[in-house]
Amino acid sequence: MTMVDTPAPTPAPTPPVLPVTRQGRRLSLPDNGYRTMLAVAAVIVGALAVWLVVAIVIQAHPAFVTLGYSWILQKTWDPSHGKYGLLPFILGTLESTAIAVVLAVPIGLGTALALAYLVPHRIRSVLSTAVELLAAVPSVVYGLWGLVVLAPLFRTTVEPFLTAVFGWTGLFDGPNEGVGLLLAGVILFVMILPTMVAISRDVLAVVPKEQVEGAMALGATRWQVLHKVVVPGARTGILGAFTLATGRALGETVAVAMVIGNSPYIAHSLKSPAATLPSLIVNNFGESSGTELAALFGAGLVLLVIGISVNSLARWLVWSTSGGNSQAGAR
Amino acid sequence: MIEAEVTVARVEEAVAVYSDEVVVDQPERKVVMTLADVAVAFGGRTAVRDVTFDVHAGEVTALIGPSGSGKTTLLRALNRMHDTVRTAAVTGTVRLGDLDVYAPSTDPTLLRSRVGMVFQRPNPFPTMSIYENAVAGLKFNGVRKKSLLDEAAESALIGAALWDSVKDRMKAHASTLSGGEQQRLCIARALAVEPEVLLMDEPTSALDPIATKRIEELVVELKDRVTIIIVTHNMQQAMRVSDRCAFLLMGEDKAGELIEFGPTATLFSEPTDPRTLDYVNGRFG
Repeated sequence: MTMVDTPAPTPAPTPPVLPVTRQGRRLSLPDNGYRTMLAVAAVIVGALAVWLVVAIVIQAHPAFVTLGYSWILQKTWDPSHGKYGLLPFILGTLESTAIAVVLAVPIGLGTALALAYLVPHRIRSVLSTAVELLAAVPSVVYGLWGLVVLAPLFRTTVEPFLTAVFGWTGLFDGPNEGVGLLLAGVILFVMILPTMVAISRDVLAVVPKEQVEGAMALGATRWQVLHKVVVPGARTGILGAFTLATGRALGETVAVAMVIGNSPYIAHSLKSPAATLPSLIVNNFGESSGTELAALFGAGLVLLVIGISVNSLARWLVWSTSGGNSQAGAR
Repeated sequence: MIEAEVTVARVEEAVAVYSDEVVVDQPERKVVMTLADVAVAFGGRTAVRDVTFDVHAGEVTALIGPSGSGKTTLLRALNRMHDTVRTAAVTGTVRLGDLDVYAPSTDPTLLRSRVGMVFQRPNPFPTMSIYENAVAGLKFNGVRKKSLLDEAAESALIGAALWDSVKDRMKAHASTLSGGEQQRLCIARALAVEPEVLLMDEPTSALDPIATKRIEELVVELKDRVTIIIVTHNMQQAMRVSDRCAFLLMGEDKAGELIEFGPTATLFSEPTDPRTLDYVNGRFG
């Protein structure tokens, strides 16, 4: 108390501080206002996220009450007989995304490296524009393109070819139908390619010039510079690109629903028609109610969990490859 | 008899004069690098020109001069670092021993393994450990054998006066080292490839005075192992570490040019060009 009381009178009797005080007030008012605005914005975002998750959980809850938990991993989706197994859709989601990512990572990274380091200036801007154009195409247009242009092509040419060459793996059993898991994966690949390319290109381009020159000065070839210094230096950002692209592939709905064939059975080959969690929801939400609607929300919840898992995995990868080194991890 | 004595006296005189010269001049060493009429231009605009001098083995050659005089530009021409700049053009002749550095048949990556480089700011590879940094150059050049790599890493780190402080943490990230240690790691990284010439581009400009002193001592120690060409804007540094000096200055057309080249002692005490005298006396720059 004495500690507080003693200095208190000291600033009080200093008279010439009036303009300073006024100035201080004038400055602090917008300062405080700005602070409040930022806080409100942050709270709104946080509240929206919480609200969304809570709402999905509440809507899905009846399904868990009626069916327990095992239905999530059951194989049969047949609402008329009270069966709501999500396994075919979970697998369909993971498989179509896997096809897209397996294609997009090497091709996207290769394109990004070429754009950032190899291609002459003129071609670079043309190619960059083309990539950004791909990102601007609405997903329903991708779906139309897939259904009308690619599906016949897959049925008559691509699938027979793959069956002939890789048939021995068993991945291409069954009839050539055009629509199916493979086409969905390929459409997703085209859709996530711009994300993969644009982000990777930007993070590759900002790898410090000193690093590149340091490697060059040791007698590294152009390929070694890219492979040993540039790509490792940008790995955090590349993983970020991978995460965003995977997230987009997991959640993509309309285009996939148009080309995957929408079959509620587990696909036995890449050519089989299948369905994903988003395509299940978009194809059924209109005419469902009660337990079925709750089960669709449950599908949404599972999708959310998968998305969060992918994100966490990527974060863990970043953390572990940087050796727990916070400095490298922050870049 | 008289004639003979005169002859002997003349011979003695001649020998005396000759040995005088030897004392004044530095002991003549093998020339490892030759620059003849070297000029560098970017997009047609000359950055540095008229550079002609020899680099002697086992010596430190300093490139000095004020900002904009083209020291770094000239240095980077010697290991073809300008290759990455599309608009850059290097003219004149640079020779490393018998190798014409700019001949079309010269492989720049092979050249750079013979002419190493240390940069202004320490640039160890942040994703690699200390050990991986030390052997990075050897790996680039195709050395795979673990025992060879280990040996080279140790020798290079000893050479860079870093071995004692890092030998127990070779797997740690290079970013855990201090700035001065990082620069010495970069020197070790360059030494591991066993280059004939080491180019140093203001290697102490990002370091504190103590780390700077260590690097300077290292430069002097290393010259028996590798011929060094060092760019510095610090004249005291040039005096402390170098055997010969090239003084560059920006001309009226904004292009740097070689004003004077000679033994460091001579260049600082009795330069032949008045502009050198002004510079070394601190009248500008």
